[in-house]
Amino acid sequence: MIKAILIFNNHGKPRLSKFYEHYSEDTEQQIIRETFHLVSKRDENVCNFLEGGMLIGGSDNKLIYRHYATLYFVFCVDSSESELGILDLIQVFVETLDKCFENVCELDLIFHVDKVHHILSEMVMGGMVLETNMNEIITHVDAQNKMEKSEVRAASEARVLSIIILI
Amino acid sequence: MSDVVEKTLTALPSLLSLDSQSGAGKLSSTSKLGGLIRSITELTSKHEEEKLINRELAAIKEQVSSPNTSMRQMKEIMVRAIYCEMLGYEASFSYIHAIKLAQQGSAIEKRVGYLAVSLFLNESHDLLLLLVNTVLKDLQSTNLIEVCMALTVVSQLFPKDMIPAILPLVEEKLTNPKEIIRRKAVLALHKFYLIAPNQVQHIHSKFRKALCDKDPGVMTASLHIYLQLIKENPDSYKDLTGSFVAILRQVVGGKLPVDFNYHNVPAPWLQIQLLRILSLLGKDDQSTSELMYEVLDESLRRAEMNHNITYAILYECVKAIYTIYPKSELLEKAAKCIGNFVVSPKINLKYLGLKALTYVVQQDASLALQHQMTIIECLDHSDSIIKRETLEVLFRITNVKNVAVIVEKMLDFLKLCNDDYTIIDLVGKVAELAEKYSPNNEWFIQTMNVVFSLGGELMHPDIPNNFLRLLAQGFGSEEEEQQQLRVFAVDSYLTLLESDTAHLPQRFLQVISWALGEFSYLKDGLEPCKVTKLLAKLLDERNVTSESRSWILSAMAKLSAGPGAAALALQVSERYSSSLDTVLRQQALELLHLSQDPELHARVLPHGAAWDSFEVDSSLSFLDSFVSEALSQGAAPYKAPHQRQEELRQEKALSLEPYSISLPVSLSSCSITDRQSPTLLSMSSSLSGNSNELKAGSSTLKLEGVKRVWGKEGYLHQQDAVEEAAQVEEAATPALPLSPQQGGAESQQTHGDLTVVEQEKQKLASSLFVGLGSQNSTFLMGKSDSTSQQFRRKTRAADSTSSGVSERSSSSSHSSCSDFLHNNLLEDSQNSLNTQKIGVSNGTHEGPVTQSFQTANGIPEEDGEELGNPLPVIVDSDVASIGTETSKETSPFLDAGMVLVQPCSPQTELRDFVQPGSSGITQTSLRSQFPPELSQLPHSDISLLSSDHSLSLSACRAYRDDALLFVIILSNCSQSSTNGLSVQLDCKQLKVASLRGNALENLPAHSMSVCWYALLMEEPHTQVTVAGSVSYRAVPGHTQTLQFTDKLFLTDFIRPLTLSTEEYGKLWLSFSQDVRQNLKLIQGEGDPLRATLSALKEQLQLHIVDIIGSEGIVACRLLPDSPCLLHCRIHGGSLAVWLRSPLLSLPDCLLYYCQKTLEEC
Repeated sequence: MIKAILIFNNHGKPRLSKFYEHYSEDTEQQIIRETFHLVSKRDENVCNFLEGGMLIGGSDNKLIYRHYATLYFVFCVDSSESELGILDLIQVFVETLDKCFENVCELDLIFHVDKVHHILSEMVMGGMVLETNMNEIITHVDAQNKMEKSEVRAASEARVLSIIILI
Repeated sequence: MSDVVEKTLTALPSLLSLDSQSGAGKLSSTSKLGGLIRSITELTSKHEEEKLINRELAAIKEQVSSPNTSMRQMKEIMVRAIYCEMLGYEASFSYIHAIKLAQQGSAIEKRVGYLAVSLFLNESHDLLLLLVNTVLKDLQSTNLIEVCMALTVVSQLFPKDMIPAILPLVEEKLTNPKEIIRRKAVLALHKFYLIAPNQVQHIHSKFRKALCDKDPGVMTASLHIYLQLIKENPDSYKDLTGSFVAILRQVVGGKLPVDFNYHNVPAPWLQIQLLRILSLLGKDDQSTSELMYEVLDESLRRAEMNHNITYAILYECVKAIYTIYPKSELLEKAAKCIGNFVVSPKINLKYLGLKALTYVVQQDASLALQHQMTIIECLDHSDSIIKRETLEVLFRITNVKNVAVIVEKMLDFLKLCNDDYTIIDLVGKVAELAEKYSPNNEWFIQTMNVVFSLGGELMHPDIPNNFLRLLAQGFGSEEEEQQQLRVFAVDSYLTLLESDTAHLPQRFLQVISWALGEFSYLKDGLEPCKVTKLLAKLLDERNVTSESRSWILSAMAKLSAGPGAAALALQVSERYSSSLDTVLRQQALELLHLSQDPELHARVLPHGAAWDSFEVDSSLSFLDSFVSEALSQGAAPYKAPHQRQEELRQEKALSLEPYSISLPVSLSSCSITDRQSPTLLSMSSSLSGNSNELKAGSSTLKLEGVKRVWGKEGYLHQQDAVEEAAQVEEAATPALPLSPQQGGAESQQTHGDLTVVEQEKQKLASSLFVGLGSQNSTFLMGKSDSTSQQFRRKTRAADSTSSGVSERSSSSSHSSCSDFLHNNLLEDSQNSLNTQKIGVSNGTHEGPVTQSFQTANGIPEEDGEELGNPLPVIVDSDVASIGTETSKETSPFLDAGMVLVQPCSPQTELRDFVQPGSSGITQTSLRSQFPPELSQLPHSDISLLSSDHSLSLSACRAYRDDALLFVIILSNCSQSSTNGLSVQLDCKQLKVASLRGNALENLPAHSMSVCWYALLMEEPHTQVTVAGSVSYRAVPGHTQTLQFTDKLFLTDFIRPLTLSTEEYGKLWLSFSQDVRQNLKLIQGEGDPLRATLSALKEQLQLHIVDIIGSEGIVACRLLPDSPCLLHCRIHGGSLAVWLRSPLLSLPDCLLYYCQKTLEEC
């Protein structure tokens, strides 16, 4: 099971945090800080897996991360997930984001936190991998967006301006 | 910079106020959120950020509470609130609005509302209840996307109690024409299964349907559930193995649509999942494993090494091959694969390769030998994760010869490590290795010193405890050597104390002071006065905690007899007799008395007294006269604290009960669902727990500080056992260097010319991998072979899990499966000769492969066959069939077992357990061994637990009214008698109320003896595994152990609770929590309620109190005395059951069995 998915930048600023297990608000922040601390210390040419860290650690959990330009994508998983499988899942996630935002960059994640969450929820549901096919994910996300669009159009023909912004 | 900030801050409120007006669409969330983000990035300090966010939150708060805010604006606000929450600022005021948004918004707003809810709230949040209706409505919506959103939020968080409300709707979605909905519904049910397994018990058949779904995506989703189910209980799903294999074959064969390909690999994640499931199913099960050999082979073949994801599949494949019943051909291929991983330049693969090695080396050490140079390189790798993994591999291959080098490597790593979790883990491992394989006393003490200083306060408290016990109790070797160890310890501690002590951790100080107090008299010419002085110095240090002070004081008390020491003791005790800490004060006063009265001192604290010579009068009988005197003078009799509390409560509490109990006849469902406040019974039970603690606490004061750690239970006879083990070891060690083939390590050394660095590495390699050659794989099994263990203690729970199944004498120590794997023909033939000569059939087992089988069903597997051993051992099929039958027998339903009351009548099928080297032992003959008090009790069938060439263990469960008797029948099937039998049972979840026959002087040839444990289940568990071992001596001087495990079920501990209807009503009201569940009704002739209840009564030992119309009340108790009340009522074709019990988890556990029973009826 995936326990948590975190995205933060090179300075440790969280860009997305999603926990599939309940932690208190403070613990979540502590986990983000500690995870950043652990991950940022690592060189580029070391492995993408990390064990340890008292909070999310314990014996069973491990961190699997990838570093893209300014962002770290970190998945915390238990032993029932395959390490390399998750590593590729991160790749799928990033490629999907890239496709949805057209050359995704950190700013996209900041300004569209909700959208990123929606994409993520088509991939991982309740800590379980739901879909790993990028095209499928995009289809689902698009279907929702389309529905939203039509809804908005129907709802407020008059407020054309807002529609443009929302899309 | 600060100017800019200032400006932004002042500009903010005006910006914010702008958009509270409707139609201010231009200033969208993006720009507002953008503004916020931009200003945050401009900030320089955390403090400024806090200020800014707080302002933002205040603005949001104002907006959300304004009635004019439209849903659309609310959506934008929510995104901002999400952002603030992510940064760690609480926006709890917005939670309710998030729910409202999910409730009332249009789809687009709803989506954000649901998102906010799932990010803000947790499963136990009160507000979540408000969401239930929304979810319910959306699940029924015709809009596909709304249904999807509802299912997503349900799988993220949903209140456990409300699952029944939406369960039917989610179930219905399993048949939805849209595959995405079916898929999400399956995952939602998976979530339900995780948080409340008994709620989805009845829809297991639907999971099967999902597994057969025409859409591969739905099938993939259902695998999540199956992985979980099979992990918990592999036996129930063996029948699905064929289907999983078929699916995997199709996937591997490329039968799935191309859409499922990822980098040209067909559905890799699906393959990984399937491989995991298969490995769980095939574990310890030959027949199941055989089904999957072919497909595993195929996936190994198909997965070409070209992309990351194929490595993932390969890795899972290799893992599966090593987990299931071994097949040499596949093992070979897997080993090659691991080799490729380990030597790969890709660091991630290296990591996985090492990880694979950690569990493979125990089966096949040669693999570690092959890669020893890579392992050496990894030891110096720049990545600490790789280093750690390497140490893990080394840890698994440690033996007496390489322990020093490996421990040194581990300590080197520890010194540089600053991760708490890693430190705890590694320190424990070093301590374990040091204890097991220590080459000499000095090394041991020094290593432990480093362990204590590095481990500090983090390390597991067992480590110092075990160490002290070892010092105190000795490890079975010569008395002289034992004394030497103690002197070493004293010496090194004195040196430590003389230097700077400020950096020493408290735990270490405690160990030091205890050891000094206890053993410094052993060192010649050491004045107690000198030690006392050092201790006194330590006592005065500021950073010493009061706990350590009390250890130091008790050490001083032990030393205070000498002339010089007495004066010092006086000084110290004067200072601490006025301490604010009562414990210290008491100890100081004790010290004062003891130092002044040598006679008393000699009596209380004799030098070098044996551990078991202390008699502790726990009943405090010496106070009897005092008490009776006080009573005669009119003092009130003593009442336990919980009694006092209860009386106090009774005086104060309002009576919630009606004056006359008119209840049970009209027990209607509504009166039962009424929640009562927690009442007396549950209260008193928690109080009694406290009182136990209190009692324990008070008794510590009597027991003279440190010493109470060492109770007196059972150390006496262990000492013998340990001594024998040491003798065995002596016999075994000299044989090893003489063995014909030396390890691969040395052959490596002869290779061509090498650079200096390489030579050094080679040297390291040879020291690390010494003793790993296949010829002495018994040594590799060091882990399992306790003969090579330096220090041994029987009582350690860890030993029973990690150490081997059976020991054997060195003469027949060559047959192991890894020998077989390496075609060690010479050894093999020798072995068979050996065994034949001795005339003992090859019934003992070593090596992980057979070991794992032992744990599965306790039936010895045929390594005779594997070895090509011509001995007439056992016919495979027989063993297999017995194996399966026994496992069926222990099914939770006491089917035949409970009915079988007459002990000696052979009315159930008699089964012969054909033992190697013994004539058949039948159930009847086993049963006839029962002492009269057992034979009267109803009991289950007798099943074989475990056996070796001289001893076989069978077990059955006898149901006594006040306890479950776990009866172990020991039968000696060899030609000679065995001595010194002792049975150890280990199960933390159960309480042993009494035991009998667990130690036996002598068991003559072909005779039996019975030992039994009376067990109680104080905390409910659906099933518990009991593990244990029997140690005995077949040949004088050789202690052998035989391990066994068995499962006990909750139903074994359930007894009927006979109550009258009035008592039932009273009791019902006294519990507050209830659990409700619908159960299947048995439809047959007659009254379905009666039929169902009597089926439950038959199978689960419940007591039917009364049946009135369509309602029935049933009661039972969990041993020892936890009641559980059931109120059943026919409700629309099913049986609605309410359960109440003081133990919160008991209803759930019981329901599980109720459901199972009714499903099977």
